[in-house]
Amino acid sequence: MDRIPTAFVITAADNVATALSPLDCGPVTLLGDTEVSSITATCEIPQGHKIALRNISAGENILKYGIPIGRATADIPAGSWVHLHVMRSNYDERSSHLDLQTGAPKDTKYE
Amino acid sequence: MNKTTWMGYARQNGSKGIRNRLVVMYTVKCAEFVARELVRLSNSPDVELIGFDGCTDNQYAVRQMISLIRHPNVGGILAVGLGCEYMQPEWLCNIAQEEGKVCNWFFIQQQGGTRATIEVGIAWIREALEILSHTPRVEMSLSDLVIGAECGGSDYTSGLAGNVVVGRFFDDLVDRGGTAIFEEIVEAVGLDWYLTSRAASEEVRRQIQYTYDKALEYCRHAQQYSISPGNFAGGLSTIEEKSMGAVVKSGSRPIQGVLKVSSPVPHPGLWLLDSTPDPYFMDFGITNPSDNEGLLDLTSCGAHLVFLVTGRGNVVGNAIAPCIKITGNSDTFEHMQEDMDFNAGKTLDGRQTMTQNMEELRDLVIRVASGSPSKSEALGHKEFHIIYKYQEKEVPPCRA
Repeated sequence: MDRIPTAFVITAADNVATALSPLDCGPVTLLGDTEVSSITATCEIPQGHKIALRNISAGENILKYGIPIGRATADIPAGSWVHLHVMRSNYDERSSHLDLQTGAPKDTKYE
Repeated sequence: MNKTTWMGYARQNGSKGIRNRLVVMYTVKCAEFVARELVRLSNSPDVELIGFDGCTDNQYAVRQMISLIRHPNVGGILAVGLGCEYMQPEWLCNIAQEEGKVCNWFFIQQQGGTRATIEVGIAWIREALEILSHTPRVEMSLSDLVIGAECGGSDYTSGLAGNVVVGRFFDDLVDRGGTAIFEEIVEAVGLDWYLTSRAASEEVRRQIQYTYDKALEYCRHAQQYSISPGNFAGGLSTIEEKSMGAVVKSGSRPIQGVLKVSSPVPHPGLWLLDSTPDPYFMDFGITNPSDNEGLLDLTSCGAHLVFLVTGRGNVVGNAIAPCIKITGNSDTFEHMQEDMDFNAGKTLDGRQTMTQNMEELRDLVIRVASGSPSKSEALGHKEFHIIYKYQEKEVPPCRA
């Protein structure tokens, strides 16, 4: 039996949830501290990655655990994948230059 | 909650232990084999091994050995040295004596070698175990407990479930008058504002900021931050996100102060343990070379029990404080059932609420404190790891 795609909301204040299984486009069941029981994923999202729970504007904080874990660098529609391509750390400059899929550094020269 | 009190072991200084360990302590690597044989031949689950490998001593390591002699779970010690090292088994024995604990010491060279030392050692251990079997018992409850927590082998479930249930439990423990210790300041990057906002006083706020700044400086010098490509590939987008996943195990109660390794906890409540080396000798020791070292740091501050939160799964235990291994990953729990004590992953697939899961953890803590072996104790895990490190005894006072 296929696992039902689920994502977990840590605190009600959060604007992202974490995918507990790989998410395809389509409905996702939300678990955890949430009053909304489902959301529609607009794209594929890998397990352990974040899905936007509502529209987030560029410059807005990304909230997980009820605290800012970084800020949006682009407008993020509800249901889409939230990662290095649309957000960055408020502290660590380097992490916004990493490869989106693998996290590998792109600023080190191999020559 | 079924049962809230149990019988512990009364110590001369008024502390109460949940185990009655007899610890064989070697004072140099050259004495390790004899000490290890004594533990093996004693054939007792209460006889444990601790030791320091180096011949040249180190104040940090000596303090840690002494903190373990004073630990409430320890009823007695046998210090075994070779006979030419810096660390002095007789002086360790003297401290145990002042604490009213059963103790003895030997130099292998004076006893006449391996076989002779084992012979007198094992005879003494038998006598000591007999004496320890008459240790006075005393009622204990959660308010008497000191519990330490760290994480290792983390995955995305650690910050979602494993560390979260520890945080909820720590809130409950502190509210009941108990003591909780969390560590890993190098995994709090970007969260100084958050930790200082939870300081119990202005002085504690300063201590936390000092410790945080020192850890950042350490990371910069060591060129070692606590986030890697694998973390990003696994879904973490920033160091703040990873850090909060680690810090969430501290729960939400006020932080009473910063402990250094081997400092006794001054009063109940939530405490931050700084295990990062202090400046001046930056190249003298690394912060936590293994989970075993981190768990022993927590134990050295008097933790009766330690939590190891591990998403991917770890198997280790601890020689002095029983180790409860918690995973937020239900697959890991199923796959490594003999080693995992607790599944917080049930909160992620809707089988339990976080409150139910926390209550289940509290029941497990009470069972283990009452004497039931944790998984690592049952399997015979007895890990420890004492290293060379430079650390002051206290966070330095404010320089006006």
